[in-house]
Amino acid sequence: MWRDALLVASKDVRIELRSRVALWQVLPFAVLVLVLFGFALGPGPATLRSAAPGLYWLAVLFSTVLATQRSVAIESGEGTRDGLRLSGIDPGGVFLGKAAAVALQLVAVQVLLGAGLVVLFGVRLEAWWLALVASVLATIGLSAAGVLYGALSAGLRVRETLLPLLVLPIVAPVLIAGSRAWSAAVSGAVGPGTSWLKILGPFAAVYVAVGIGLYGPLQETS
Amino acid sequence: MTAGAVQRTKAVTRWVGLAALVTTGLTVWLGLWVTPPAKVQGTLARLLYIHPPIAWVALYCAFGVAALSSLLYLWRRTRSLFWDRLGASAVEVGVIFTALTLVTGSLWGRPTWGVWWTWTARLTSTALLLVLFLGYLALRRVPAAPEVRARRSAVAALVAFVDVPIVSFSVDWWQTLHQRGTVLNPGLTLKVHGSMAWTMGLGFLAMTLVFVWMVMVRYRIEALADQVGDEELEISLSERWAEGDGPAPAPPRVPEPAGGGR
Repeated sequence: MWRDALLVASKDVRIELRSRVALWQVLPFAVLVLVLFGFALGPGPATLRSAAPGLYWLAVLFSTVLATQRSVAIESGEGTRDGLRLSGIDPGGVFLGKAAAVALQLVAVQVLLGAGLVVLFGVRLEAWWLALVASVLATIGLSAAGVLYGALSAGLRVRETLLPLLVLPIVAPVLIAGSRAWSAAVSGAVGPGTSWLKILGPFAAVYVAVGIGLYGPLQETS
Repeated sequence: MTAGAVQRTKAVTRWVGLAALVTTGLTVWLGLWVTPPAKVQGTLARLLYIHPPIAWVALYCAFGVAALSSLLYLWRRTRSLFWDRLGASAVEVGVIFTALTLVTGSLWGRPTWGVWWTWTARLTSTALLLVLFLGYLALRRVPAAPEVRARRSAVAALVAFVDVPIVSFSVDWWQTLHQRGTVLNPGLTLKVHGSMAWTMGLGFLAMTLVFVWMVMVRYRIEALADQVGDEELEISLSERWAEGDGPAPAPPRVPEPAGGGR
């Protein structure tokens, strides 16, 4: 399964490196969201700083939807889904591979967004390691949930509109826990901050496990 | 299903419906006229006779049934469209009851708390649950072969169901850490006794019966819709065959939709 996952992930990443969709569409979109939030909240530095963690995670959530849609789209043309199914690759491996590729893109998005927070919003992370751990766990959870729902909506003509409706409420706990953990990291209140990892960790574990288990039956459909 | 079974199910549905009507009527009568107004909340406490029962149906009956039937559908040995239809009917009714939970809670919150909505953990997670299962219904409305749709919906319901405890945990923490000390829920600490307790118990029974009745009716509609879809396919197939064969042979006799429209 792990070897298959690596194969699928490297395939997706290679497609991404050649098509550059994430680079030219998802990354600018994430920054755009930050700038628009800045417009909406006004230029007061105090407001911006206190809202920054929430805005960061909202931007990450929206980018997750985009990255997931892209991840499904590259399997939708010319019978590639059938090809993937017939290749004898373990469905759990396909799931893990695709999730890993999405996660990699999310890491790029988050690096950029983090820089955006520092530059545009004047945020300083007091406990950077807390923010880092929260981000890693959240990224795993987001990409797993996203790819799972992506598979669910694969092959549907209404995918673009359906996917956000399905994914965003599911990942609401990540938004809550991620924002709170980052707020704690910004203010330096490490104690209450680490307790949010107890939500991000199980969320990631549950959706990775559910994804490995349910990706097989989903691949058979449509 | 045989004709006899269909008749039996219809009779059971009718009796359950009647029982639901009677118990609901009794609850309304007891709740509005017989029971006294509560000491602190006055007549507002009468919402207690329907709000908790509605919430019980929405959060436990409906989504419990939906999760269980999705699981049974995905498990190969019990896979049958029965579970798919049951789950779909339960979610649909559950969504209505969840919305009603929010509405009745809001009606009670406005005079009690002074606001229609507060970001308490309970309210927020109920609202999220509503959106989660609206997504399920949206997914179901996408046209697909029954088996494909069933599998997709079952997975979606389970994934959403797994999220429920995580959502409630995180919202709980979020609320308590975010705005400490505003948790007030007098509705739950209210002492209920005497005729009020009886009425509330009856309310639970009434709403559960309404739920069962609605799910049964909804199930039948779903089954009939599938059947009509199959028959339409048969008819158009036979018409296409007839076009190719010159003089048209008699189309295959289509059975009456069992239990439909009569």
